[in-house]
Amino acid sequence: MKDIEEKILSGERLTREDGLRLFNCNNLAWLGNMADTVRKKKCGDVVYYNVNCHVNLTNICTSRCKFCAFGRDFENQGAYAMTKAEALAVVADAIKNPNLAGLHIVSGLHPTWTFENYLEIVKAIHETYPTLYIKGFTGVEITHFAKISGLSVKEVLIKLRDEGGLQAIAGGGAEILSDRVRQIICPKKATAAEWLEVAKIAHGLGIKTNASMLYGHIETLAERVEHLIKLRELQDETHGFQNFIPFPFLPKNTELGKTVKQTSMWDDLRTIAISRLMLDNFDNIKAYWVMLTVPVAQVALGFGANDIDGTIHKETILHDAGATSPTALSEDNIIKIIREIGRIPAAVDCNFNILRRL
Amino acid sequence: MEDFKQKALAGERLNFDDALNLYRDNDLLFLAKCARQMKERKSGNKIFYTINRHINLTNICSSNCPLCAFQVKDGDKRGFVLESADIEKILQDCQNTKNLSEVHIVSALHPNKNFDYYLNIVKQVKTALPKVDVKAFTPVEVVNFAKISGLSVKEVLIELQAAGLDSLPGGGAEIFSDRVRQIICPKKATAAEWLEVMQTAHELGIRTNASMMFGHIETIEERLQHLFTLRNLQDKTGGFQAFMLFPFHPANTILGAEKNIQCVGSWENLKMLALSRLILDNIDHFKAFWIMLTLPIAQLALGFGADDLDGTIGEEKIIHAAGAKTKTGITRSDLEKIIRETGYKPIRRDTFYQEVQNDNSASS
Ligand code: SF4
Ligand code: SF4
Repeated sequence: MKDIEEKILSGERLTREDGLRLFNCNNLAWLGNMADTVRKKKCGDVVYYNVNCHVNLTNICTSRCKFCAFGRDFENQGAYAMTKAEALAVVADAIKNPNLAGLHIVSGLHPTWTFENYLEIVKAIHETYPTLYIKGFTGVEITHFAKISGLSVKEVLIKLRDEGGLQAIAGGGAEILSDRVRQIICPKKATAAEWLEVAKIAHGLGIKTNASMLYGHIETLAERVEHLIKLRELQDETHGFQNFIPFPFLPKNTELGKTVKQTSMWDDLRTIAISRLMLDNFDNIKAYWVMLTVPVAQVALGFGANDIDGTIHKETILHDAGATSPTALSEDNIIKIIREIGRIPAAVDCNFNILRRL
Repeated sequence: MEDFKQKALAGERLNFDDALNLYRDNDLLFLAKCARQMKERKSGNKIFYTINRHINLTNICSSNCPLCAFQVKDGDKRGFVLESADIEKILQDCQNTKNLSEVHIVSALHPNKNFDYYLNIVKQVKTALPKVDVKAFTPVEVVNFAKISGLSVKEVLIELQAAGLDSLPGGGAEIFSDRVRQIICPKKATAAEWLEVMQTAHELGIRTNASMMFGHIETIEERLQHLFTLRNLQDKTGGFQAFMLFPFHPANTILGAEKNIQCVGSWENLKMLALSRLILDNIDHFKAFWIMLTLPIAQLALGFGADDLDGTIGEEKIIHAAGAKTKTGITRSDLEKIIRETGYKPIRRDTFYQEVQNDNSASS
């Protein structure tokens, strides 16, 4: 791996083949060390976190992806769809924390809701709490909104931004950007091309987005690498991705989980490290503690990550999939996790503006 | 690159200041890289595991260490003591365990049992399982045996050896600082006594393990001093086979409650592992004791310098009393799979790190 090491140290771009070799390399400590070296150069010692609240408007979903433990049919137990008042109540509860900076809003693709239904709720939240940032709606939801409303993706985005106060788009729904894989795990939702298209249009409008990858199910390692390359290529064009978040697949309570086992920490850490190494044009890599668990997320900060996500208030999507992490972390806890490893915590908004540096 | 980092990278012997600098430098992945190199120099691409059975004879203890969640006082209804009939049952079960290669016995310091009780158990185990290695009694227990029997440590060890004892586990070391021991375990063997037992055992040809329990009230300097003390003794005797780190589990302990101690974080755990691997350049093997660390972290530890996942373990009471959430046993194929995932080769070993071949008849 000497040649790859030289490339990394000199800042040269890694190829698809390099990426695969990295995935086939078992030297986890070396990988981590390389990713950490790149992280130091690119991001310094600050670790970003946010004080946020997750709002999931509904878990009733037409898509019923095989990896998802959150989505349900109307008649399923635990199915819900929030009214405007209910959504506002969630925020009212969260805002008791004076440091709350904003909201992360993602939801199922409700079979009878119109785009207006979603928009009305976000609007109401935005009007009631204008100082909170709103990040939300994945490429999958935006594609769905365009389909059900007859508007173009661009029009949907403009409405969400101008009327709903949307400031950034969430990174979910990318899964693996391969139609082979999507046909199996999420055949009914946005295709790889559609997901990328939403990101591209958003970037064109000056709306920043995040990117993600759901790994550890039926994808091959080559497909993971390909996914990273696709994101890197679009980023070269638009520079609109702020952040990359690798999500390990959590098998519990999912259709796919009947045959797939949970990833190991080993896989989680190498995937973070390789993401940092391949995505040379991304500023930030997130160690999402909800999925990784807090101990792995802390170690991941040594494997190239420089963001640990947020306090969340009450996480539901992944806890339906048996996530064993808590449903919220206090800000003090997050600060402690970061300080323990000798890094500098900084609270940010959804566009990485630093609100408080500690 | 700083001098101390260069030394670590080259695998040179570290002094106390180097170690402290490496600790403070806090570069986890650099330490991991160096630790992995040292692991590969010692054991190549091998990762060891064993098929073993843990027996805890009693949890009734006269020592009542504030660090301990396992012990109860005499008269407590949670107390238990295994008598020879109970042992008989366990041994029958062991005889049916395929490829069993080690029985591991550690216990509390029972206030009324005499040394003969322990001696007889070793004999009983060895008679029932002549081909199985008996790893039993930490130095803390050995010191207790000497006290209750009026024998010297050496005499105790000789008797145990004659009864069939093959090696000593490494527990009870905690932190070799009398300041710390006064607070966490005032009534049990002192640091000097612990070391004396090990030195004596090594001189008698009994191999032992070593350990450190960290993450309670000790300072970083005390941790490092502990490791250097072990390294010095090992230079003299060469009798330590393996080292393991125990992060303190505060749940259900007096120490945890009184001092409001939190669990050591994953970063700190892995950092101490890698740094210990680098300091203890004369100890061949490092255990990632999965039952304490949880399996996923133990697997990770294999990337940070550890080369031994310990055992499949029949039953474990001590650590679970302290709130460990791991399962109490694991199958061999699970362990092998976890090892293979790291790119290393699983090797089933006996107590002495000799590779053993699988045998399809029962183990005895
Ligand atoms: S992943 Fe999203 S689109 Fe798919 S079923 Fe779950 S909520 Fe619906
Ligand atoms: S650590 Fe050992 S000696 Fe101390 S109380 Fe627990 S069982 Fe007894």
